[in-house]
Amino acid sequence: MADLRVKFCGIESPNPFWLASGPPTNTAGQVMRAFDAGWGGAVWKTIGERITNTSSRYGGIDYNGAKMMGFNNIELISDRPPEDNFREIAEVKKRYPKNLVIASLMVESKRETWHEFVRRAEDAGADALELNFGCPHGMSERGMGSSVGQVPEYTEMIAGWAKEAAKTPVIVKLTPNVTDVTRVAQAAEKGGADAVSLINTVNSLMGVDLETFSGRPNVGGKSAHGGYCGPAIKPIALHMVSSVAKAVKIPIAGIGGVGYWNDAAEHIALGASVVQVCTAAMHYGFRIVEDMIDGMSAYMDDHGFRSIEDFRGRAVPNIRDWGDLDLNYKIVADIRRDLCIGCQLCYVACEDGAHQCIEPYAAAGNGKKNSNGMGVHVPRIIVDECVGCNLCALVCPVEECISMKEIDEGKPFESWKMRAARQ
Amino acid sequence: MPLRETAPKLTPEQYEQSFADIAPRMNARQAAIESARCLYCFDAPCTQACPTRIDVPGFIKRIMTGNTRGAARVILDANILGQTCGRVCPTEALCEGACVMVEKGEEAIEIGRLQRYAVDHVLDRNIRLFHAGAPNGRRVACIGSGPASLACAAALARKGYAVTIFDRAELPGGLSTYGIAAYKTRVSDSLREVEMVKALGVVFRQKVEVGRDVSFAKMEKEFDAIFIGVGLGETWAMDIPGEDLEGVCGAMEFIERTKVLPFPQVSIGKRIACIGAGNTAIDVVTAARRLGAETVYLVYRRSEKEMSAFPYEHELAKNDEVIFLWQTQPVRILGDSGAVTGVECIRTVLGAPDARGRRAPEAVPDSLFTIDVDMVVRAVGQKPVTDFLRAVPGIELRKNGTIVADSGHQTGNKKYFAGGDCVNGGSEVVDAVAEGMAAARGIDAWLGETLGAAQREN
Repeated sequence: MADLRVKFCGIESPNPFWLASGPPTNTAGQVMRAFDAGWGGAVWKTIGERITNTSSRYGGIDYNGAKMMGFNNIELISDRPPEDNFREIAEVKKRYPKNLVIASLMVESKRETWHEFVRRAEDAGADALELNFGCPHGMSERGMGSSVGQVPEYTEMIAGWAKEAAKTPVIVKLTPNVTDVTRVAQAAEKGGADAVSLINTVNSLMGVDLETFSGRPNVGGKSAHGGYCGPAIKPIALHMVSSVAKAVKIPIAGIGGVGYWNDAAEHIALGASVVQVCTAAMHYGFRIVEDMIDGMSAYMDDHGFRSIEDFRGRAVPNIRDWGDLDLNYKIVADIRRDLCIGCQLCYVACEDGAHQCIEPYAAAGNGKKNSNGMGVHVPRIIVDECVGCNLCALVCPVEECISMKEIDEGKPFESWKMRAARQ
Repeated sequence: MPLRETAPKLTPEQYEQSFADIAPRMNARQAAIESARCLYCFDAPCTQACPTRIDVPGFIKRIMTGNTRGAARVILDANILGQTCGRVCPTEALCEGACVMVEKGEEAIEIGRLQRYAVDHVLDRNIRLFHAGAPNGRRVACIGSGPASLACAAALARKGYAVTIFDRAELPGGLSTYGIAAYKTRVSDSLREVEMVKALGVVFRQKVEVGRDVSFAKMEKEFDAIFIGVGLGETWAMDIPGEDLEGVCGAMEFIERTKVLPFPQVSIGKRIACIGAGNTAIDVVTAARRLGAETVYLVYRRSEKEMSAFPYEHELAKNDEVIFLWQTQPVRILGDSGAVTGVECIRTVLGAPDARGRRAPEAVPDSLFTIDVDMVVRAVGQKPVTDFLRAVPGIELRKNGTIVADSGHQTGNKKYFAGGDCVNGGSEVVDAVAEGMAAARGIDAWLGETLGAAQREN
């Protein structure tokens, strides 16, 4: 049985699954229920000077009947008094000493205020601190959140202030709403941060009500930009995690689009030591961690990984500059006639949207019939024309019907960088 | 009709429950989920399988995006009877049977129900999607007001023709109004569709029989072209003794009564035999059960394998607990005091296949038996309206009484076009619509040519 325990900047977590700072970690009651469900750690809903929230606060994007493919919020940090939050952190730590409670902090950019909140969080028994330099909405208008995280110098400076007072590890939470996240990650490292967590939410507007022309989420007919998260942002998160993994030496908490164990495993393969989850828990509740633990253990057992460290970062060397890719690697599409259902989505996608390498059924002259005796029109790949772009395989609604087959043309590895260097 | 014994009357609620919509309309959420399942195939097999070539993925995606009115426009543009077809088409043999989901191993998209959802949306709101074309000065008559004529008339009206429909029945709609089981469509549903055609300026002259009330000569003088869409007529007789007894009737006549009379007024025996095993026979036996008949036999001289009803229809009758007497041939209808009391039947075996590949039933000696019934419904197919058709000047009829027409649906008399059951011998509503529309194109092409020639002469 795989050992899911993780060491993260000196502190041990029962597993790599943490709840991210957000609505699910707003109270002691929630966090304790989460620990009962199996979560290894919880980053408390960001604590700072008390704010007032709006109603409504959340927006969702459904896609083809699937709910909340993307999610956003315009909720601010905790609207509870800091003393209540710190008291509850103490209570949780007393009852769950083995689970990690990380205090997320966001206060005005004054050295003394940061020192004060760091001390209060540590006095409450927090295992670590997460500096929220990431939220793109609301607080950023008051000079906090992503206003800090978008400027490497501020990030370095405030991380430094926190470190001056902190005895526990300091994690800097990064915003994706920057041109180059690695510069901010390096600034945090330079400021003394013990780790970074990323990504916070992506700046977004969820939509417009076409009857009333108010935006979503709607606050009395008006809206504001908010933070986008959920399954839709995983690719953005994975790119940024892998970039930061190459840019800094400090550990990474991966955040963004983690709903299942395999999402978590991808973050870990790209360098994260732990993952943080919010949207999926908001959608389905804390119980989702059960399969995360179970599925991750099974995956690790199947692959002979005894600990998270055994595969952490394993994919990082395979994420390269485009200029390092082999220009002579060739694949072509292959349609399995027995599986093809004749929707011809591959044909129209290739014909209109890609490289005109598929012939419709008529030219292929096949006579496949379905169980009702009706024609099934199997298209045909024009192998000599196929550029191996993947589009047909991506649009094909049938599992394994279209696969990309490697063609060995006997050409040596040649990257664009190699070709450019020769010229 | 005095019957020996009638079925007990049901409560009004029971009748409504019995004849409740068999495929209830979808709500918005169901339509959203089902439409999202559609893969949006290119050159889609469902469209190819539709005789009227409705752009099925096109209308389903419009439903998904909330453009329900646009969905209805796509449907009705190709098939003005999209509502009826959505309810009565044998979709499992057409669009849904060809749906790629079948080969994928999943349930076919519920195309028929989605179609109905979209069309109901505009009918419920009286949304007018189409308008009459600018008048082109040409006049066309359609004889009969069933699906073929309605489709032909609507298509021509949209092109600017002045169209008049002549129909001998009281209500317009033909088979759509009178001949489809009440749990599939009601008379009011069919009449809503007729209203759409009326809104295009088509004039309906009901209870007018061409050839009797108005002469063909007058028709030919008043109209530039005449479309014949008269469908089929009465049910064939079985030519066995006892057919003249009270309590014996044809299937179409029986179904018509279930459509136009309040259910409690439909005369129904306690025990009924329906002879035949086509889709019409299924409509009869299911209606009989739903009207309260206690024992309903479906009597067929061939076996289950040869029955021409669609499997879906067969299933309906099974669910209504109809008793199937396969390989059973009625030889005599028994009566007492002029009313039916039973049917004498004989068992059959199936012999060698005939020219059409159907195995001929042969009577088994000494196998006579009697079923005890109060009513017999013949569902052995409809006769062509031969007397009427023979009176149409210059048109040619096939041996089976159907009209000979070319690919443009023009008959031997150039002025007459024809389509639907009176040409194809009896097929689906959707086929009649397709033929009516094809005839409209044929008429437009022919009159366009003559119009062009006339203009050149001027």
